[in-house]
Amino acid sequence: MLVTFPHMGSAYVTLKALLEDLGVDVLVPPPCTKRTLELGTKYAPELACLPLKINIGNYIESLEKGADTIVMAGGCGPCRFGYYAEVQREILKDLGYRFEMVVLERPQGNVRDFIDRISLLTGGKSIFRVISAIKRATGVSIEMDNLERLGWEVRPREIKKGSASSLMKSFHSEVHGVKGTREINSLIRDYRRRMEQVETADEDILKIGIVGEIYTVIEPFVSIGIAEKLGDLGVEVDKSITLSYWIVNHLIKEALHMHDKREIEEAAKPYLKNFVGGHGQESIANTVIYKKKCYDGVIQLLPFTCMPEIVAQSILPRVSHDHDIPAMTLVLDEMTGEAGYLTRLEAFVDLIKRKKEMARDHEKKLLSRG
Amino acid sequence: MKPRVGIPRALLYYNYYPMWKEFFERLGAEIVLSELTNKKILDDGVNCSVDDACLPIKLFHGHVIDLKDRVDFLFIPRLISVQRSEYICPKFCGLPDMVVSLVNDLPTVIDVTVNMRNNNSSLRKAVLDAGRYITGDVVRIYSAYKSSLQKLHEFQRKMEEGLTPLEAMHGGKPSSFKEGIKIGLIGHPYNIYDNYASMDIIRKIRGRGIGIITQDMIRESEIDRIAKTFPKAMFWSFGKKIMAASEYLIDEKKVEGIIYMVAFGCGLDALVGDLVERRVRKKGVPFCLITIDEHTGEAGIDTRVEAFLDMLEWRNASKCW
Ligand code: SF4
Ligand code: SF4
Repeated sequence: MLVTFPHMGSAYVTLKALLEDLGVDVLVPPPCTKRTLELGTKYAPELACLPLKINIGNYIESLEKGADTIVMAGGCGPCRFGYYAEVQREILKDLGYRFEMVVLERPQGNVRDFIDRISLLTGGKSIFRVISAIKRATGVSIEMDNLERLGWEVRPREIKKGSASSLMKSFHSEVHGVKGTREINSLIRDYRRRMEQVETADEDILKIGIVGEIYTVIEPFVSIGIAEKLGDLGVEVDKSITLSYWIVNHLIKEALHMHDKREIEEAAKPYLKNFVGGHGQESIANTVIYKKKCYDGVIQLLPFTCMPEIVAQSILPRVSHDHDIPAMTLVLDEMTGEAGYLTRLEAFVDLIKRKKEMARDHEKKLLSRG
Repeated sequence: MKPRVGIPRALLYYNYYPMWKEFFERLGAEIVLSELTNKKILDDGVNCSVDDACLPIKLFHGHVIDLKDRVDFLFIPRLISVQRSEYICPKFCGLPDMVVSLVNDLPTVIDVTVNMRNNNSSLRKAVLDAGRYITGDVVRIYSAYKSSLQKLHEFQRKMEEGLTPLEAMHGGKPSSFKEGIKIGLIGHPYNIYDNYASMDIIRKIRGRGIGIITQDMIRESEIDRIAKTFPKAMFWSFGKKIMAASEYLIDEKKVEGIIYMVAFGCGLDALVGDLVERRVRKKGVPFCLITIDEHTGEAGIDTRVEAFLDMLEWRNASKCW
């Protein structure tokens, strides 16, 4: 059995660690490229959302390399993600591929079933081993997110341009050579130290929060590397949705009925009173929260036709206006071209820069008059 | 003066109107409907919504704009779930919020929440909440609710006899003429029954002496029986109905072919349409997917539908030789 899974940013690091700890042979899907997207676009329904298409491309590329088992997460609505696996299985089967698809989900919220499926994948490892591996892998996801976050802080401030990006690049090539949570964690920590040593200038810097649909927020291929692009434009970014956030809140806490959504619900309430699937409610709430944390702007990312985020997109202008925080929505699809996209990013950064300067001048005037 | 409650003729109007009307009228309100979908409603909806919204959501906004200045209340329930373990669509979960954000100068919005995903008691509360906008008399609200449920059941029964929602609302009779062949017309109700959005497809098909069966004309028990056989429970109520209906119509040999009408930008239809198409084609039944959006030209759709119907008639004729 050779197990593969969809590619989503650095998520593979955590999944690889988990499966390796459980003694499963893993084939990490090749990074998303134009070919991945083309395969997906060719075989997936035309109006399916972008992540579904890219998943299909990932699967085909992994199956070509010899994988025979696909692990995928599931769900039970209301957005499309819960039915991805069903549609994807049909598409691949009709194309003639032979494979097993293991869908990790909690039908009727049953945690036991979820763990049983993982245990099945591992040839019947005990539930305790599975649980402890999940715990360690969760740790990896947190470490990994922290490393990336550090990169977003360093990039706009680094004195030698390109340092953060090249560190991350070399991390991703080295991680293939190590196995399991322990080794991977120590590699991440090693890179963390190196990232901390990158020389930076202490500048007053613009900050942008990224909200939106989880796949487009996490996978740099579809957002054309938004975090790096903004970093190079001198902006520090933060992503409101990360893999560890998803694992901790949706997988673990929700299963244990400990998921506390109060902060999100309260912040979104004046605008969006209900959960709308995906992270639509989070997009609204986090815009409000970013303003409170003194961010200078918010960018919402969503794949074309994404249902929860279209609800959020409809509401975002009002939130942006009421809270006086510039917000821009970028809809991503297979036609998104790099040139137009960069122009829009630059224009947005210009806008928030000018807004900040104006506010500062205004403040100075008030003070000098004082 | 009676309070005027506005109901947009869009989205679930086609599923619930007789119930809503009975309810509010029993409470002493006057029902005001938006105009039938027309060019202006479409344009207003398109202008005020985000570009990437699906056509039905755009139309809903257009209907709201048409109504808002003529009523005291706008009825925009938040229909999260109308059946256990199921949803309608993410956009329905945030419908009133979108409308409030995008349309200015609204009258009071009756935005009660119906979420029967985990239990049925939410409906009771929603009914009470909605009724309270009109009257404080709880007993009256309950009795209005009871008779409105009855109206809903009557309405659904009429559709099971073969009437479209509009015919059922206006006291139509099941067509008695013997049709040659029948086709399955499936899709979200607000796509297939809104004559403007659907380019009047029902009249055009029937005009050729071809009968139609929609998912709403099939008994609920049949739908549920088939839905239970899906490898994974279909958690969208309409998706479930559409998938099960196509299977039923084919397996029971009720139709010669299937037309599935989808709205451009509909997230559900993108996946359900693909699953249905794969299944139907494997069974060797002619299938035609019609996509509608605000730019759809009537001529193009007519040509496709006609070609499809020609093909069915031809197939049918050659069968009889
Ligand atoms: S959140 Fe959006 S992109 Fe993701 S599965 Fe749902 S509809 Fe598709
Ligand atoms: S089901 Fe489809 S058409 Fe209906 S509101 Fe949702 S996305 Fe739009």
